[in-house]
Amino acid sequence: MLAFILKRLAQSVLVMAVVSAISFSLFNFVGDPVNNMVGQDATREQRVQIRIDLGLDDPILVQYTRFMGNALQGDFGLSYRIKRPVDELIFERLPATIELVFVSAIIALVVGISLGVYTGIRRNSWISRTVLSTSLVGVSLPTFIIGIALIYLFAVILRWLPSSGRGGVVDLGWWKTSFLTVDGWRAIILPAITLSLFQLTLILRLVRAEMMEVMRTDYIKFARARGLAERSINFVHALRNTLVPVITIIGLNIGGLIAFSVITETVFQWPGTGLMFIQAVDFVDVPIMAAYLVFVALLFVIINLVVDILYFVVDPRIRLGD
Amino acid sequence: MSELLEINDLDVEFPTRRGTVKAARGVSLTVKPGEVLGLVGESGAGKSTIGNAIIDLLERPGRVAGGSIMFEGEELRGRTEDEMRKVRGDRIGMIFQDPQTSLNPLLTIGAQLVETIEKTTGIKGSQADDRAVELLEAVGITEARARLKAYPHQFSGGMRQRVVIALALAGDPDLIIADEPTTALDVSIQKQILDLIKKLCRERDLGVIIVTHDIGVIAEIADRVCVMYRGEVVETGPVAQILGAPNHEYTKSLIAAVPRADQRLHRFTSVDYIEGGDEERRRIDIQTHWLGEARSKPSSEDAIEVENLNLSFTLQKAVLKKNRKMLKAVDNVSFTVKQGEVFGLVGESGSGKSTVARLIAGLYRPDSGTIRVKGTDITTKPKSAEAVEARRAVQMIFQDPYSSLNARMRVMDVVAEPIRFYKMTSSEAETKQIVRDLLDHVGLGAEAAIKYPHEFSGGQRQRISIARALASRPKILICDEPTSALDVSVQATILNLLKDLQEELGLTMLFITHDLPVIRQMSDRIAVMRHGAICEIADTDQLFAAPEHEYSKHLLELMPRMDLLGTAAE
Repeated sequence: MLAFILKRLAQSVLVMAVVSAISFSLFNFVGDPVNNMVGQDATREQRVQIRIDLGLDDPILVQYTRFMGNALQGDFGLSYRIKRPVDELIFERLPATIELVFVSAIIALVVGISLGVYTGIRRNSWISRTVLSTSLVGVSLPTFIIGIALIYLFAVILRWLPSSGRGGVVDLGWWKTSFLTVDGWRAIILPAITLSLFQLTLILRLVRAEMMEVMRTDYIKFARARGLAERSINFVHALRNTLVPVITIIGLNIGGLIAFSVITETVFQWPGTGLMFIQAVDFVDVPIMAAYLVFVALLFVIINLVVDILYFVVDPRIRLGD
Repeated sequence: MSELLEINDLDVEFPTRRGTVKAARGVSLTVKPGEVLGLVGESGAGKSTIGNAIIDLLERPGRVAGGSIMFEGEELRGRTEDEMRKVRGDRIGMIFQDPQTSLNPLLTIGAQLVETIEKTTGIKGSQADDRAVELLEAVGITEARARLKAYPHQFSGGMRQRVVIALALAGDPDLIIADEPTTALDVSIQKQILDLIKKLCRERDLGVIIVTHDIGVIAEIADRVCVMYRGEVVETGPVAQILGAPNHEYTKSLIAAVPRADQRLHRFTSVDYIEGGDEERRRIDIQTHWLGEARSKPSSEDAIEVENLNLSFTLQKAVLKKNRKMLKAVDNVSFTVKQGEVFGLVGESGSGKSTVARLIAGLYRPDSGTIRVKGTDITTKPKSAEAVEARRAVQMIFQDPYSSLNARMRVMDVVAEPIRFYKMTSSEAETKQIVRDLLDHVGLGAEAAIKYPHEFSGGQRQRISIARALASRPKILICDEPTSALDVSVQATILNLLKDLQEELGLTMLFITHDLPVIRQMSDRIAVMRHGAICEIADTDQLFAAPEHEYSKHLLELMPRMDLLGTAAE
């Protein structure tokens, strides 16, 4: 198992190297940042001075080495627009995104798996049919439409929930959380549901398909023939076997949640990294874009590593395989 | 002695879109305590349906439409799901065919046993553990306590089937229904499992219903036999009478179709009662036909020469050679097959017999050693023109008729492909005529050409495979377990067809099987294989009369006792 994890780690390092090279190339291919930083009336000398200050005149390899060296220490330079260190900006905004992704992942997993199991077992009941047809909405409507529709219904018409922002936030010193106030919870509900819908549908349909597959296997039939209770067959024997393939997809999907959070955060004006990224794109704020890219890739890589390790926990054939 | 189970006039129906299929019609049978009842029939006879109907686990939408199932004096029909759950496992245990799939792969066998024990007997905690150990010991698993923590994949097939039996016994049932319990196992394991079932039946005074298609299993274990044909019981009686002096026509033909290990017959008896008897075949005159043009005359030349063949598979990769785990699949194998001879390769699963066949067909490359086909070396320069030509002369028939034909191609194209590939004819019209003749000759009829493979049964598909193999006018035919997926009656007709073709075309044949009676009927000489190496090569009659190698003797001893069939032979 150790060898396996080491191998995966080495692969992860390779992925990160490629991603960082791509994000570095942003500096050279996405327009001229200086134009965005100075006013129309800046003199030529001022522009040159800024280029020198930012190190944009050095050869590309020197720039790349500097970028990598700094990146490894968590230093992605100064934001062109706000003139503050990028890592500081990201860490300020990170709690908002992580809390949002966490809540929507929980919603997607709990609701997705339980509805998937239910519709897999009670294939023909009217509840299953209703769930399946409404779940199509989750995949077919774009996130921003769902978000706007939810805002319109719950914030504008019913006035139950706030339409944007994080609401009441408690500062723990290193982490600003919205989990400790009622206001914070009220604010997170709508964006979290919006973000989770797509993944929820995928998980639901996947679990249902796997469940139906597993229910047809011999060991389920044999479990029935031994007179085991229906509950034990469904949850001890079937569900666990269902989860083996589902885990892979769930891992990728949680990565997807982070990626999709860009849109949700924009719709709900959620002050997370996604919103920051969109604003950075508007102003060609390359350091933030590059850092965000590296950061998302890192999350993906970590999640996939965790998924691989989870395989060992769930499936003894891999754990004890020889 | 009173009856443990008494089924009267049972009807089972499967409603389908095209009307109701009656899987069982008016079935009546009885089982006494301490008795093994064999329920025998070919696929589709409804024998598994009976087993499932007893414990109310029919696949939907199947249902019991009539009759009664009396178990220990109580009616089992019409009970609620909760009531039936108390019967299953507690009073009636079930054993399934494939031990690879009947255990949950993610739970330890201890967990599965304890769960079943707690449910069926109410014993809890460490006492349940003790009971699990007792059960494993009763089915012959050693170091049972340590094995409780093992997962199913850590056991071999035979051991898993023992675990399955232990699970079926967990609730101390009075009746065991075993559905093809040894079909997926090797002969040597089959014998052990059957002995175990019989022993448990006697010791615990259990009633056992053993559902099987294999007359050999019946001869080995059953006290009484029910023969099923198309959903009906055609004959019931003591095993000696059914096998020795059957009354019903179907039973007679079924038993006549069983390959005999004790004597060699020229052809398998095929009786009209069995569908697809091969007498109706429209044959072509092979002597004057295109197919017969390249016919081989018998000669003393060697058709296949295999010298010091070796092949290893890598089980575990590693950078260092000493850390790699290799499996020697073929270990220094040498033999020669004369022209026009049928050479048998026999062995249990994993003995390397199929690998040898694949090496000769050119599907694998050997690590070392040479293979000469008709004097041409096909191993050193496999891409040379002579080697390709030599390989055209070698064709193969595979075991599984379902996966060896491309489902998206019409039979015409399946059979014509080799002819087109080797550009053996001058026109497309000629190719098509040859394909139609071939299909006629293998007993399918020319009209089969426009159909797709899924429209055919297993036996018919195997005929398509044979036609395809013959299409390139081969000199050598490799048959890798060509009938092991088929029913006995179908097996008999396919083997007869192969024998006829072999004689008509003077084919050299390499026949691979695990089935000793089949190989006795088919081959002139036999090589016995084990762990990738050849133990013994001998003439067929000599091998069966006086085997020399220890392993050959062992294999022959394991053959099911067929002496009961003595009087049935014609």
